[in-house]
Amino acid sequence: MITFAKDFKSAADRVTKDLRHRGLIQRALHSYEVKRDEFKGRYQNWNEARQAASEIKWEAINHLDKYLQEFIAKLEARGTRVYVAGTGEQARDYILGVAKENNVRTIIKSKSMTAEEIDLNEALEHAGCTVFESDLGEYIVQLRHEKPYHLVFPAMHLTREEISDLFQKELGSEPTNSPEELTMIARRVMRQNYCRADMGISGANFAVAETGMISITENEGNARLTTALPKIHVAILGIEKIVPHLEDLALFLPMLATAGAGQPLTCYNSLFSGPRQPGEVDGPEQFHVVLLDNRRTELLADAEQRDSLHCIRCGACLNVCPIFKNVGGHSYGTTYQGPIGSVITPHLRGLQNWKHLSSASSLCGACTETCPVGIDLHHHLLHNRRNAMHEKPLWWEKIAYAGFVFVMRRPTLYRIAGKLGALFFPLHKLVNGTPLDPLRSWTKTREFPAPAHESFSEYWRKKKSAKEVNRGTP
Amino acid sequence: MKVSLFIPCFIDQIYPHVGISIVKVLERLGCEVDYPEGQTCCGQPAFNSGYWDEARKTAEHSLDVFAKSDVIVSASGSCGAMMKVFYPELFQNTTRHFDALKLAPKIYEFSDFLVNKLGVTDVGARFDGTVTFHDGCHGLRELGIESQPRELLKHVRGLTLIEMKEAKTCCGFGGTFSVKFPAISTAMGEVKCASLLETGADVVVSNDSSCLMQIQGMLQRQGKPTRCLHLAEILAQT
Repeated sequence: MITFAKDFKSAADRVTKDLRHRGLIQRALHSYEVKRDEFKGRYQNWNEARQAASEIKWEAINHLDKYLQEFIAKLEARGTRVYVAGTGEQARDYILGVAKENNVRTIIKSKSMTAEEIDLNEALEHAGCTVFESDLGEYIVQLRHEKPYHLVFPAMHLTREEISDLFQKELGSEPTNSPEELTMIARRVMRQNYCRADMGISGANFAVAETGMISITENEGNARLTTALPKIHVAILGIEKIVPHLEDLALFLPMLATAGAGQPLTCYNSLFSGPRQPGEVDGPEQFHVVLLDNRRTELLADAEQRDSLHCIRCGACLNVCPIFKNVGGHSYGTTYQGPIGSVITPHLRGLQNWKHLSSASSLCGACTETCPVGIDLHHHLLHNRRNAMHEKPLWWEKIAYAGFVFVMRRPTLYRIAGKLGALFFPLHKLVNGTPLDPLRSWTKTREFPAPAHESFSEYWRKKKSAKEVNRGTP
Repeated sequence: MKVSLFIPCFIDQIYPHVGISIVKVLERLGCEVDYPEGQTCCGQPAFNSGYWDEARKTAEHSLDVFAKSDVIVSASGSCGAMMKVFYPELFQNTTRHFDALKLAPKIYEFSDFLVNKLGVTDVGARFDGTVTFHDGCHGLRELGIESQPRELLKHVRGLTLIEMKEAKTCCGFGGTFSVKFPAISTAMGEVKCASLLETGADVVVSNDSSCLMQIQGMLQRQGKPTRCLHLAEILAQT
């Protein structure tokens, strides 16, 4: 448990000092910020749209039992096989079972953070399958044997030069600086893979209860090919992806594109309602939908933080988070990075192991301000801190805060403590910034201000007594 | 108008001049200023660290100290937000919940009080120099204070306000966060400082001294001459 916190801290220490990384992320996000604001401006009222989206997700999440049943029944009626997986292991086993039953050797996969959450690729590869990521960013990080850096932009941390080097090394391509050429190199490899694949695995952006459809929104068209060409399509999604009605997508699809990628709408938007029906000429023969719980129902039971299930995984909170921008996506060590990851990971993977992410925040609230579905993100970080300390307080902090309470409830003691601090502070100069400095966590990089000779309360007393003398009060 | 001052502990001990400046401005505008004695800390360090029982015990003391006040002006947006926004949550399901709810609407951050309660944007101040304004996150996002300090600064004679690109980006202070995660806090401070230095302003102004403690601490270490002043310290000058 200490290792997760330690790993985070040492990764954060390293990355925050990497000025090249800092510049890269700032530049990468700059064009996004401009475009996002431009397209937000096209809404009559962005904040009212956020409110509407939040209410729709509230309705869906607070009546999830009803909507899930409706969603499943509609899907099954058209021959889709739906599996509700309580745990990641169950989801993996089901998908492995489908692969085995159909002698699947090669799998093409479009972007799915839910698949990342349950380490699906590793499980499939372990069972002897070859998995190709078809989303360009995912393909790049797969070639690098890395986890996605950002839940929407998996390869955001890489420059074109680095991608070109990677393609030269892994694919034997010629060096190039052009994004179009890099895309073409990947596409040439990918096209072969679509045709070879026995199975396509996708995620889903929304699950429409009313019609029993999953919605996938993307920019590269790779999800369409992944789901259309192989004879088996498996979609894996968290149970929170539900929206009640088809018309809800009219709000959510543009909103996801705007908040997530600074686009009015993504290039390809597809809806899937079942396998190939009699008389249809294309589409997969089998369509499986795996609905993943993986402790989401525990989060659902937590009335205070239930709204974190509203998340549409747009990544907007990462893009505005000063912590994310400085520590980078890999430091988190989680599937979901940034503020939303810091909020939900303690629920999905254990509070005590992941509480440090909730502490690693200045609580600036930029995430909550930007979240298109109105999740109270930064306050949930506070709630996680409270829950973690309530469950298992740190003994030294417990003692420190007991002392804090004792002093702060006694104004005279508080004043004496202040006086003593001011009196001894000059000695601090002797150790300022050195390993002996008790304030070293601060003074290693910053100066600490000296306490004033006269506090405000002392000033006030003098002012008051002077006034009384002037008035001639006895 | 009778006004009670809330001078948070670190301003009391480290930046008393901020409190003195607030008194000057309020008295100049004809307010009858009172400083309820016995005030200490609002309890935010314990609250933000997850020790809500301890925070509650500290906060109870503040509920008592300010029980008789009608209008309370806070020298810090962050500590003001603690009382106004977080006390009602902290005291939920306790016998003091009602007291916390009663206290909340009485709290005003300094610039918000001047602009929205007193209806004043020109306090008759003069300050010769260029300044850039840093939004403290709690003031900005918990209390919605954005235009008020800028309105006040615009009416200061001799003052030129130059906005920095990252005005609304956190400075990285975050209370105990700054010492629990010093590397992240410092990186955030560096981003902030680079942005404010880009403006070439002589002075960084904020309505939160805690942010200024971080910014000043970094600028000093970097050997930069840019000064840090609380909004009240500008408005007090004539």
